[in-house]
Formats: sequence, C-alpha cells, structure tokens
Amino acid sequence: MSKLTWKEIPIGGVIPKGGTAIEYKSGDWRTFRPVIDVNKCVNCLICWIYCPDSSIIRLEKHVDVDYYHCKGCGICAEECPVKAIKMVEE
Amino acid sequence: MSKVIGLSGNEAAAYAAKQSKVDVVAAYPITPQTIIVERFSEYVANGEVETEFICVESEHSAMSACIGASLAGARVFTATCSQGLALMHEMLYIASGLRLPIVMAVANRALSAPINIHCDHSDMMGSRDCGWIQVFCENVQEVYDWIIQAFKLSEDLNVLLPMAVNFDGFTISHAMEDIKVLEDEEVEAFLSTRKVKYKLDPNEPMTFGALMLPDYYFEAKRQQEEAMKKAYEKYIDVVKEYEKLSGRAYNYLHEFMLEDAEAAIICLGSTTGLVRQVAKKLRGEGKKVGVLKPWLFRPFPSKEVLKALENIKSLAVLDRAISFGAPFGPLCSDIMATFFSEGKIIPIFNVIYGLGGREITPKEIEEIFNLALKTAKRGKVEEKVKFIGVRE
Amino acid sequence: MYALKDLPKEELFTSGHRLCAGCAHPISVRMVTKVLRGPTVIVSTTGCLEVSSSIYPHTAWKVPWVHIAFENGAAVASGIEAAFKAFKRKGIIDKNVDIIAICGDGGTYDIGIQAISGALERKHDFVYICHDNEAYMNTGIQRSGATPKGAATTTSPAGKKIPGKPEWKKDFIGICIAHGIEYAATATPAYWGDYLMKIRKAIEVDGPAVINVLTPCPLGWRYEPKDTIKISRLAVLTRYFPLYEYERGRYKLTIKVPKPLPVEEFLKIQGRFRHLFNPEFKKELDEVKYYVEENWNRILKLCGEA
Repeated sequence: MSKLTWKEIPIGGVIPKGGTAIEYKSGDWRTFRPVIDVNKCVNCLICWIYCPDSSIIRLEKHVDVDYYHCKGCGICAEECPVKAIKMVEE
Repeated sequence: MSKVIGLSGNEAAAYAAKQSKVDVVAAYPITPQTIIVERFSEYVANGEVETEFICVESEHSAMSACIGASLAGARVFTATCSQGLALMHEMLYIASGLRLPIVMAVANRALSAPINIHCDHSDMMGSRDCGWIQVFCENVQEVYDWIIQAFKLSEDLNVLLPMAVNFDGFTISHAMEDIKVLEDEEVEAFLSTRKVKYKLDPNEPMTFGALMLPDYYFEAKRQQEEAMKKAYEKYIDVVKEYEKLSGRAYNYLHEFMLEDAEAAIICLGSTTGLVRQVAKKLRGEGKKVGVLKPWLFRPFPSKEVLKALENIKSLAVLDRAISFGAPFGPLCSDIMATFFSEGKIIPIFNVIYGLGGREITPKEIEEIFNLALKTAKRGKVEEKVKFIGVRE
Repeated sequence: MYALKDLPKEELFTSGHRLCAGCAHPISVRMVTKVLRGPTVIVSTTGCLEVSSSIYPHTAWKVPWVHIAFENGAAVASGIEAAFKAFKRKGIIDKNVDIIAICGDGGTYDIGIQAISGALERKHDFVYICHDNEAYMNTGIQRSGATPKGAATTTSPAGKKIPGKPEWKKDFIGICIAHGIEYAATATPAYWGDYLMKIRKAIEVDGPAVINVLTPCPLGWRYEPKDTIKISRLAVLTRYFPLYEYERGRYKLTIKVPKPLPVEEFLKIQGRFRHLFNPEFKKELDEVKYYVEENWNRILKLCGEA
C-alpha cells in the first residue's frame, strides 16, 4: 500500500477510524502456538479474559484462537483451569 | 452599535473572551496577566458567563486542560506570560500539532534570570516557532479587537491553529483606556459557534495524538506549515469582516508616512505609538522618516512588508528581545531574510531596546531615526546591532 | 459480581497492537473496556501503552482516545471533563460522558503527580487508573517512584555495593486519599472479578476516583511472558501487593490472604530481584520482607482487620 502524502492525511495526525490496528498481523511474532483441545475446554472464558491480544474467540461450546493476532505468550495455557490448551512449537 | 468603556488591557482581554462566549477557560495567575484570570473568575462567580472555568495548578496544566477541552470541541481561552509561557512551552507545540484553535492572551514580560516582572518580548519570541498564529497589539483597543478576531481566524476550518494575542506587560496590561466595544449580539453574530473537523465524540471513536514515526511525521509537519499559509490568506478576510462591523482596520501592517520616506523604523507593540510621535516631529523638521508596525508576526507578512518598504533606503529594526548568539534579534532576522530572499539589499540595522521594562525615550528614538537617515545617505551600516538605553 | 460469559464480546481495544507478548497493559485495558457505563473518552499518557497502541495509521482503540504528553493525563482529563460540563450547561449535549485516564507509573508517581494532585483537589469527575509496572519500561526499565526497594533497574542496577533501588515505593493511593476523594483502590489483573468491580465503582463515583493496578512486565521484571497472571497473583498471595479499596472514609480489604506464601515466592521468579538471593545481600532481602509485612499490617489496620 502506498503511503499518503501530506495533502491526503487527515489534519493533526488524527486517526478518524477506531480499531485499525486489527490489520496488523501480530501473529507473526509467535514462536509457540496455543492449541485448544475442544473436548477438554469447558468454555469458562478464563483464557479469554486474560488474553493480552484479544485473540481468544468465544464460540458457542468452546473457545478458539485468532492466529492472525495471537503472539503466543502462553498465558492462556498457563491459566487454563482444565489444562485444555497446549503450547506447540511453530 | 458600539459603546465606549474604560478598561485596562487585561480587562479588555477578559471582556472580549466573555463576549466570545468561550466554553472553557483554564488559567493560572502570573504578573502582569493575573487580572485577566481575576476578571474572568468574577464573570463566573456572578453567573455572567456559562463558561467552565478551571483554576489549574500550573500553566503546564492550563495548556494541557485547554488542549483537552479544545479536542472535545470547546471554544477555549487562556492567558499567561513569561515564566508561565515558558512552562507551557511543551504544550504549545502539541496544541498546534493537534490543530486546536485555542486563543491565548500574552501580557509580554521578561524571562528569568534575573527575575523581572516588566515588559519585553523574550517570552513569546522564545516560543516563536511553536506553530501559533501571533499578533502584537499596540494599545488596549487592539487587545480587545484582537481577542475577538483571533477566535474567528484560528477556528476557521481551513486554518485550525492556536493563536497568541501579545500585548506589552504593564504598559498595556495595566493601562486604562477608553475603548469602543461591540454589543454582545454583534460579537455573537461575528463568531457564531465553533465548528469542528474532528473532535472527541463518544459516537465516533477517533484516535488523537497517535505516534507518527519517520514514515508520517514529516507529512504532518508539512501540513501544519500549509495551515500557516492558509492563516495568512484567511487573515485578510477576517480583518475586513471585522472592519465592516467595528470600523477599525487591521490589514497586515500599519504604515505611517512611508510613501516618500528615506528611512524607517519597524517595531512591534506599544513602542510604535511613541515612534510615530517622534517621526511626526522629525517630519516637521523636513526629515523623511516613516514607521511600520506589523500586527501579524506569525505567519510573517513578508510580501506586505516588502511592498510597504519598497522605496526605503535604510531601515532600523527594533527588537525587544535578544536572540543570544544569533546575528540579529528575532524580528530583525525575519526582516533580513525577507529582504535578502527577494534580492533587495538595503542597509538594515538592528536595535535591541527595552529589556526588562527599560523605558525607551523620544530622544533615543530620534537618535535611531537620525542614524537611519545617515545610513541611508552613506548606503552602508555602521554597526549591525545597537543596544539602545543600556548603560555602556 | 461479574460472570465472564455476560461480559461484552466486542473488543474496544483490538488486537494488532504492538505491546510485548504477555504484557499486562492490554489485559487491564480490556478489563476496563468490558465494564464501561456508557459513552466514554479515554486519555493515556506517553508510555508503552500509548506508543504500542497508536502507531499511525493504526490504532487499537475503538473508544475516543487521546494522548497528549507524559505528565499531564489528569490535566487533559480535567479539560475534557470541563468541556462536556460546559456543553451540558449550554444544552449542546444531554448525555453523560465518562472520562478515564490510563497512565503509567512514571507519568503518575513522578512527573505527573502535580497534575493529578490538582485534578483531585478540583474534584473533576473522572477515573484515574495507574498501570503500575514499577519502573519506566518504555524508555528501557529505569527506576521510578513506584519501583520497590531492592529491584534492579537500569538506573538502580544491582551493583556490588548497592543492590538495586535503596528506597521504598511511594504510597500513591495514600496520597490520593489525602486529597479527600471518595474512591480509591488497588487491583491487579489476576483478580479480574475484584478489578472489574472496582473499575465500575470508580466510574460511578461522582467526582475523581483512583485505581492503582499492578501490571507485571515480562521484559522489565525479567520473567517468562506466560507468567504474567501468575506473578500478578503471587504479588497478592505473598501480601506484597494488598488488594483493598477506600470508599467515603472506609477501607476494605477486598482479597484476604490468611495464609500468605513466603515473599520469596514472588521475588525469586523475577530477574529484577535475583541478586537479593546472594548471601551478601541477605540484609536487603530481609528489609524487603520486613517492608512487606509492615505494609500489610498497616493496610490491615486501616481496614479494621488488625
């Protein structure tokens, strides 16, 4: 994507639209990926509330991972009360 | 219909801000500006305004609060000078960088050390590159007129820059003068309510004050310089419209006996009146002298200055501030650049005067004019920078 | 009491921010955004959270957000609050807008303390949340007024003579309470239920409210990113960081720790305290332990539990 010129950028450095960071692929930072055992998951959402990267997806029966953004910190695996998340090397 | 009332410069600034129906005032007391804050507090205490007045704990917080309020879409006013302005320095750049039309009265005062509460222009000259529109006033009437015009100019959607209205500490801030003021309704019609391009709006989640790395910062700054150009263009529309309303004209410069002048003095603020008096006297003696007073200092009206001084053979530039170690004082540097960039080389010399409230006398001004006339005849400057009024 | 499944799914602080893996800031911010009362404006000061969430043209914020400078979060919030107050008086708006400042400990305990004091004294209606990771992390882990005694930072290194910061941490919450505000609390993300409740209480206070949140930093505290919540929990379980609140003159211990773990459990998994376990610095280690105990007893007394 070509970058905007000074005539094109909104004044004062404002970003007029919220949440544009979602385009940034922070998942590239990962060396270990969390893998969810959906059979073990009790959908308690502990991993969801503790995720620094909003990368736990809430589904009907269990959770899933947004690998586009997950940085692989491992907090979810560490905190999962039923040990349903494993960190696997990329 | 205008009426005449007696006000000091500070009172005139507060009165104009009141008539401009400002939403938020955040200010901190400092001599010689304090009376502005006091008067405004009285308006608030007596229910004469609907303004939210924040009596902050420092000038740094004053400007920070002004920035926050302005981002929310409010019409914002503050006042300061000297040490207070210096403490605000960081925030001045942020106000202009975020393109916020904050209006600030500055009762110019010397900077420490040594501490001194009297007038010179060191305070604002130290912040002259901060991206604010700046005007210098000669008297109380101009303070009143400029505060009102400042909101109009800075809030223009093509401009959106903060603006400082400078006036000499004590000389103007504390001087009582009968001035013509507009009716409240006239000011209201002239200014209308503030319009915004972007603001902190809970319904539209925008991000302000983002981090710009080398890939964008330069573009933002380039854009800011363009806003200064727009301010320069818009200036004339604002003053013309105000002239229709008030009968008082503020075209970029005030020119005095310049048409056939051989030598001229250019200076800012309250000193100009005295300089004109002396010029008039010298004219009576057959000496061809004139005076130029720019109201607008940033953006600098180079084109108009050059045109006004077209036929001048020598020029003395009065600076009430020192730019330590620089070839000239701040105003003189701009004048030099203005002339040189157009290939117009005439003998110009710089006069540093009036620091820390030191009076300049008619006799000293006469000496400056005479030196300028001598320089015009000789075609060469004798001494590039002269200190007038200091004990040698 | 909050149930996780009842919290909104929508993320007002989105992914794609550049905070380190395992950073506690975004965890705290997400918690804040889950219990907002209505229209809200968030102010941040310069620091990790700010630089990593707003790299132009990207922003992680889906609430109106503003960053001005390092030392003036409370002053900027004052101005915004004043503007909305004026708009209400003039009939321009009729809805309430909540204002929350989220600032780091450097911008709070040190360079921003004057602006905070001013804003608290003037009683602006806003919430001030300090993300306390106990040092200047954004500039590379320098000591702040929030750094605890004994912690090694790049400006209080673990030297041969002086093992880490010699001074105790400032009592920021105590300073705030001394301003006569209605609500103040400590929190940490591990105790999410406790934190969510405190955030909402602070928002609902009519006037200023302050929360000091312990936000562990994997890089600055030198531990594995996966351990952020674990350390945040150990801080409480060892009584290193008491969780309490102050409400209109009354203190309450919100998380009781009847059988504390040894302070060493908290210290030993962090690189910043590792030197304290060298035998020659036993005196300093003991001093840290003594401080933790004294501080806990002080809080207990305030909470009427001693």
